[in-house]
Amino acid sequence: MLFELAEEERLFRSMVRDFAEGEIRPKVDELWEKGEFPYGIIEKMGELGIMGIPWPERYGGSGGDYLSYVIAVEELARVESTCAITLEAHISLGSSPLYYFGTEEQKQEILVPLARGEKLAAFGLTEPEAGSDAGNTKTTAVLDGDEWVINGTKCFITNAGTDISAGVTVTAVTGQDDGKSAISNIFVPKDTPGYNIAPKYKKMGWHASDTRELSFSDCRVPASNIIGKQGEGFCQFLYCLDGGRIAIAGLAIGNAQGCLEECMKYVKERVQFGKPIASFQAIRFKLADMATQIELARNLAYKAAALRDAGKPHTKEAAMAKLFASEMCMAAATQAVQIFGGYGFMDEYPVSRFFRDAKILEIGEGTSEIQRIVIARELGI
Amino acid sequence: MDMVVCVKRVPDTAESEVHIDSSGRDIDKGRLSFGINEADNYAVEEAIQIKERDGGTVTVISLGGKESDEQIRMALAKGGDEAVRLEDPAFAGSDGLAIAKALAAAVKDLKYDIIFTGALADDDAFGAVGVAMAELLGVNHAAYVKKVEIAGDKIKVGRELEGGLLEFVEMDLPAVLTIQTGINEPRYASFKGIKLAAKKEIELKSAADLGLDASEIGEAGAWAKLEKFTPPVVGEMAEILEGEPEETASRLAGILKEKGLV
Repeated sequence: MLFELAEEERLFRSMVRDFAEGEIRPKVDELWEKGEFPYGIIEKMGELGIMGIPWPERYGGSGGDYLSYVIAVEELARVESTCAITLEAHISLGSSPLYYFGTEEQKQEILVPLARGEKLAAFGLTEPEAGSDAGNTKTTAVLDGDEWVINGTKCFITNAGTDISAGVTVTAVTGQDDGKSAISNIFVPKDTPGYNIAPKYKKMGWHASDTRELSFSDCRVPASNIIGKQGEGFCQFLYCLDGGRIAIAGLAIGNAQGCLEECMKYVKERVQFGKPIASFQAIRFKLADMATQIELARNLAYKAAALRDAGKPHTKEAAMAKLFASEMCMAAATQAVQIFGGYGFMDEYPVSRFFRDAKILEIGEGTSEIQRIVIARELGI
Repeated sequence: MDMVVCVKRVPDTAESEVHIDSSGRDIDKGRLSFGINEADNYAVEEAIQIKERDGGTVTVISLGGKESDEQIRMALAKGGDEAVRLEDPAFAGSDGLAIAKALAAAVKDLKYDIIFTGALADDDAFGAVGVAMAELLGVNHAAYVKKVEIAGDKIKVGRELEGGLLEFVEMDLPAVLTIQTGINEPRYASFKGIKLAAKKEIELKSAADLGLDASEIGEAGAWAKLEKFTPPVVGEMAEILEGEPEETASRLAGILKEKGLV
């Protein structure tokens, strides 16, 4: 059993790495300081087929596998997280429901421009009162003739408010089933009257990502905008989230790899007590641990992606990969700042940004606590 | 315009510590990452841009082991049509000339108007392969090319000279051009391009397939033999200036002037 990527996947990795080094690295400071959405970079990612890696060519995608997509997210995050999370939210959250559960018409009309990277996709699940408790969704969709009328508020939504956002697939209560809210997924185009976009949040990290609150006031969309069957929304987003978790693990691995590489350069240059700090055991052990943990997280995430590609159950592995990789990343970033000492606390040092970008990975797309609940449930207890 | 591009897989030593290996005749490559030689990347781009503008074909050739397929396929993914890889234990120990002999043997039966190579390899930095190949094939060549203009069966090329100057020369085709970095902006391969390239066949040729005798190639056919690597030794002639920068700079200027070097 040799853990090795196929040549095609190695080439994908090499291409995305070159792209991230050539196109993103020179703009890292600007992205962090100005926080402006990187339209130019995203457009180029679209031209190269990165925005539609796992979708078939007949839907405008690149016909790649899920593993290649996870590797792309990882390679982007190794340099900077904005483009990585934009891609992740676009594919795993925004485009997935349309691809897995949409009708042929929806795929042709909505998914094709998404897969080509001409438009961006978003998914609206989280609400002020429905975070981990997704079942407590308050947003409603009521059928009025041949239209859904949507009302409610969604928070922390990525990719829904850019100039190229196609719209958002929202979870909305469409009825009651055995006393529980029956949730459906409905696609709401951005230009629909009543689709209100709040200003971008000021965030601890991911400064340039387009993350906002959205609200819907009597927002009317055609009845045909429902994705799949009425009441199947909960099952749909659980399947999409399984995929999203593997990609978030990719983000965490990339971020941690970025930390490791920054540290590897610094410890050889930084001299204390007359020697490069790389010669001190305290530093060497930190880096040995960091590299080991990254390797473990990568193996786990790639395995989960390979299971998904093979069409096998992967809920447990996806949750494990997300949990382990995000906590590993936080620890790696913490140690990276420690190794840089006071400089690590300074904004202009990449490790301080990696540190701030790391925390959200333990929260978004299912907190660490939720991942543990999922894993325990999968264990059969 | 039918074109051939020669590419080389080289270790990335820009940001790595380089150590001499136990043989003393190579560097330890165990921990290095590899990629296409930088100038070759520009050569690939130049060929593909010409193909896109004027039509024609681009054949990618590399001399190296199986792992070189990665660099070949990336060039195919960007727009190359066909590929040949030359592999034979007999190629070991080749210098620039011996490599040129193998490459020349591989291209002589192909239909070509222009053969591109990088101007200089990042690893051994001989800068000899392209020029030697032109000599062996009996065709024109230009080295350190930073501009290519095609007019019928002639080309006009700008060669980089010191100080950023360009020397323009016109020549008949076919010709070998060794490409300098910065001539263009190399593209990234697209995902679809990579998928298509992964399915393409890379033709494999041994020394025997090329009709080459063992005495002509590898160490036997090389004019230059690598004896050993050593770190630069501090010579006895060196004079180290010590003191404050203002003072040492002024003394250095004095010495340079005194020896008539400025």
